[in-house]
Amino acid sequence: MKPAAFDYVRAEHLDEVLDGLTREGGDARIIAGGQSLMPMLNMRLARPKTLIDIMRLPELARIERKGGSVTVGAGVRQATLLAWPELGKTLPLVAQALPWTGHVQTRSRGTVCGSIAHADPSAELPLVLSALGGEVHLRSTKKRRRVPAGEFFAGMMVTARADDELIEAISLPANQRACAFREVARRHGDFAIVACAAVATDKGVRLAIGGVADMPVTREFPRLESGALDDVLNTFAYELDARDDVHASARYRRDLVRLLGAELIREVLS
Amino acid sequence: MSRLPADQHHAVRLMLNGKPCSGDAEPRMLLTDFLRHEIGATGTHVGCEHGVCGACTVEIDGKLARACLTLAVQVDGCAVRTVEGLAPAPDRLGLLQAAFKRNHALQCGFCTAGILMSLDHFLREVPKPSEQEVRDLLTGHLCRCTGYTPILRAAMEAAAELAGEPAKEKSDA
Ligand code: FES
Ligand code: FES
Repeated sequence: MKPAAFDYVRAEHLDEVLDGLTREGGDARIIAGGQSLMPMLNMRLARPKTLIDIMRLPELARIERKGGSVTVGAGVRQATLLAWPELGKTLPLVAQALPWTGHVQTRSRGTVCGSIAHADPSAELPLVLSALGGEVHLRSTKKRRRVPAGEFFAGMMVTARADDELIEAISLPANQRACAFREVARRHGDFAIVACAAVATDKGVRLAIGGVADMPVTREFPRLESGALDDVLNTFAYELDARDDVHASARYRRDLVRLLGAELIREVLS
Repeated sequence: MSRLPADQHHAVRLMLNGKPCSGDAEPRMLLTDFLRHEIGATGTHVGCEHGVCGACTVEIDGKLARACLTLAVQVDGCAVRTVEGLAPAPDRLGLLQAAFKRNHALQCGFCTAGILMSLDHFLREVPKPSEQEVRDLLTGHLCRCTGYTPILRAAMEAAAELAGEPAKEKSDA
């Protein structure tokens, strides 16, 4: 329950971070708030040779509204985003979901991008990024690229980030239309058994489900009568390939997908 | 840039409960172990060591933090508050601590240090909390023997007392 040995680098310039990642690749890990990585280190599920701390880089600690989107830098803590005065108006889905991410005592340290990097299938922030169709901004010494959420999450804690890339920020479309979030967990703040987010689109609703498959899964639903809606939600619930674990059975998870899904879709379209 | 090699000890200087304090730490040393073994401040408890139980909760630069999810080298230059900072004198209890004692809000005391730190921080930010808000705060802590009802009662009582006398914490040892 103690981390294996590593060198610790306190970066003072972004270049040091990018150079470090280029030089050391998968042997180096970025540490920001540490709320996902530190448990992995303590349990020795991760044993990097080097930790690069990015929390003393002010350029990464910014929340910026540009045109139709909001960019949240890699150093922005969850509590900071939650306290951002424009959050409710600009990113209402985030305002609803973020209080479910961990606890007060972990949101005070944990970063928004850290949770995205960790890509836990039951975490709220990857779900919200997927539901909103946001993007992950990746940067290495060689290039910068933006990856849509749907391509970024590749499996259980697996992402499209290459070993030499830093998640510099994420961006989320601002002022979505109607949206809603609901979660069922053992206790508030625990990982979701099922978390569900819905966003109104031109043709109907985009529904995103977390906690069931290996990563957040989104699906577009047209406006449907309630009988037809129940049928497509049932099919969707089975396609997610739910599994039994200590927290809940697969069957209960499918039930929640049908129930929460129908509730949210109605709420968003009403 | 500073690179601290894995196999060496590095000086860590911080303000601990308002007093300057320093010790040595390898990069991999957790803040919990640094406080307890290097400094000898054993008030901060260690339960799960992966951020779940809340026993190790402290304040770093005015923000709540799990000491078990923090490296000692990360708090170099920071101000850290631990449960040792709550009592006005070694043989006196702070107001919150006294409310815990009156309400039997602890039995073994394992979880208590962390819960006190969360509540102390929270009651300064939210002086008149609802019961629901305190319950929400307590979801960040596990208590395996007292049960949460007396803890909640103690917290509400301390909040009421603080609201009545905002100027100063009274002690009652
Ligand atoms: S010991 Fe830190 S949260 Fe359990
Ligand atoms: S008092 Fe024993 S665990 Fe809480």
